Amino acid sequence: MTRFILKRIGLGLITLWLLSVLVFFLANVLPGNVARRVLGPFASPEAVAQLNHQLGTDKPLITQYLNQMKGYLSGDMGTSVSTKQPISDVLWPALGHSAKLALLAFIIVVPLSIFGGVVAALHEGSTRDRIITVGGLSATAVPDFVWAVVLLIVFSLGLGIFPSTAAWPDGSGPLTQIKYLLLPAFCLVFVLFGYIARMARAGTIESLDADYTRTAVIKGLPQRTVLWRHVLRNSLLPTIAVIATQVGYLMGGLVVIELIFNYQGIGQMIFRAATQKDFPALEAAVLVVGVVFLVSTLIADVLYSILNPRVRLGSADQ
Amino acid sequence: MSAGAPPPSAVEPLEDIALKVGPPRDDASMARRERVRVLLHSKSFIAGAIIVGFFVFCAIFGELLVLQDPFASNPLNQLQSPSANYWFGTDRLGRDVFSRVIVGARDILIIAPAATLLGTVLGTALGLVTGYFRGTVDDVLSRLIEAVLALPVVLVGILALTSLGPSNVTIILVVGFVFAPVIARTVRAAVLSERELEYVSAARLRNEKTPYILFAEILPNVMGPVVVEFTVRLGYAIFVVATLSFLGLGVQPPSPDWGLQVFEHYGLISGGFWWPVLFPAAAIAILVIGVNLIADGLTQAFER
Repeated sequence: MTRFILKRIGLGLITLWLLSVLVFFLANVLPGNVARRVLGPFASPEAVAQLNHQLGTDKPLITQYLNQMKGYLSGDMGTSVSTKQPISDVLWPALGHSAKLALLAFIIVVPLSIFGGVVAALHEGSTRDRIITVGGLSATAVPDFVWAVVLLIVFSLGLGIFPSTAAWPDGSGPLTQIKYLLLPAFCLVFVLFGYIARMARAGTIESLDADYTRTAVIKGLPQRTVLWRHVLRNSLLPTIAVIATQVGYLMGGLVVIELIFNYQGIGQMIFRAATQKDFPALEAAVLVVGVVFLVSTLIADVLYSILNPRVRLGSADQ
Repeated sequence: MSAGAPPPSAVEPLEDIALKVGPPRDDASMARRERVRVLLHSKSFIAGAIIVGFFVFCAIFGELLVLQDPFASNPLNQLQSPSANYWFGTDRLGRDVFSRVIVGARDILIIAPAATLLGTVLGTALGLVTGYFRGTVDDVLSRLIEAVLALPVVLVGILALTSLGPSNVTIILVVGFVFAPVIARTVRAAVLSERELEYVSAARLRNEKTPYILFAEILPNVMGPVVVEFTVRLGYAIFVVATLSFLGLGVQPPSPDWGLQVFEHYGLISGGFWWPVLFPAAAIAILVIGVNLIADGLTQAFER
């Protein structure tokens, strides 16, 4: 068990390192002259040279990379080019805001989509199944900003039930905050529902067909017991893995949702950094999102292996 | 995703080979005919093909189908609600939203397929190589693939387009390069089971060159997963390209691109101006669903 977890952490660290190289490449090597990109074509060569010196982008790439990683590891994310503030001052509160929104979306979507998937599986091939499967997949395929504007038009403009922004007035209680967050959360729910429901459905169908389920039914166990103890216990395992892989996706989706609903999360921060060509802030934020994703995948793998010893034993031999 | 079973022609039992006296590609073409039959009976494939066909038609003939000039702005006519004259109303510059929605199919229907094609070609080559050689090359590439997959595609797009500046060619390159590892993974899985089959050993014994074995022997037999992967990715490419346009990093004004139209007008929703946003948004949704229906039909046809 420990060996499996250590191996997973080791692989995770390698992936993390590759990720940092990739992000560094995209943000520092690809633009060519970083300061020129930031300042635009009309800036004087002196100003460009000065900013490059200030950012450290006039040093060799290897030195730049090492300095940056040293900074990240000690908690220093650098200074924003546009606001001149330390990036971590903005980044951590923004991440907290996004986590709040993501958490609300998860609290809604996980039970809902598992329920949907199980219902579809129990009535496999029926109209109900088709509606849940096809509807879920279509909802997933449609970009989140499309859901956002549709929900805004229907529930905010049309019915007037929800506010058109997620930025609640200062000093709002938790319930008011939830009211403000509900529309953006539902955009994420739409996009995630299809994936999770599909996995829950596939897992349930598989364990409904399994021998142990047949045995349990023949033994004369009540249907409810068979469903809970034999079917769901086995079918929800793969679902856990899917839910964790969706965390990264959720973070990508947040850029758009937070922009539309004017919510001060990490997505909005990424968008702002991108439009202002604030490379240090952009790089830090994107890397943090990658780390969040890697950590959640790791947790999912470990959880999955605790719940399902077959995985652990199988991969220990590799 | 859809690694799938190898197509039927790859696993013929010995006695069938003895019966094969006709033209050499006989049962491959039978399998193809069978697949076409399944496709034409698939409701989702037909529905998807009609939807996508409609938008392709709009993209090709664009201006010929509409009465108003999609680029003509008219300051006296801003934000008119839908009427007999302007079916979908007018936008903030007084341009006709209906004709912009029709002509707006063009950019995304060039960029998304081009990006997917690039990703598929690169990914297939990468998958063939990694699956065939395995070993160190495979291990290193798999780690790299995992690192790329740890970032949402949209974020990689934002980062790269900010670095390189927005242009249609850049979007195609970025999305293509990000998709390549994902497609490579699917192809690799299919190649892993193919490479153990006898026709591959036979080719090796005949002293065929490795590129020949990869592209002339194995590739035709993993085309099923490749085609399915292409359509699935195409749906996702539309998602990504539309999102990047929506963020102002993709197609640039004055293009009537749908994502860009939503970007330019979403701030006006709370003021009651829903039409310049809803119609292009609906067009994106319908197109994406259409492509996914086709993918669904193809998956069924290839996985029988």
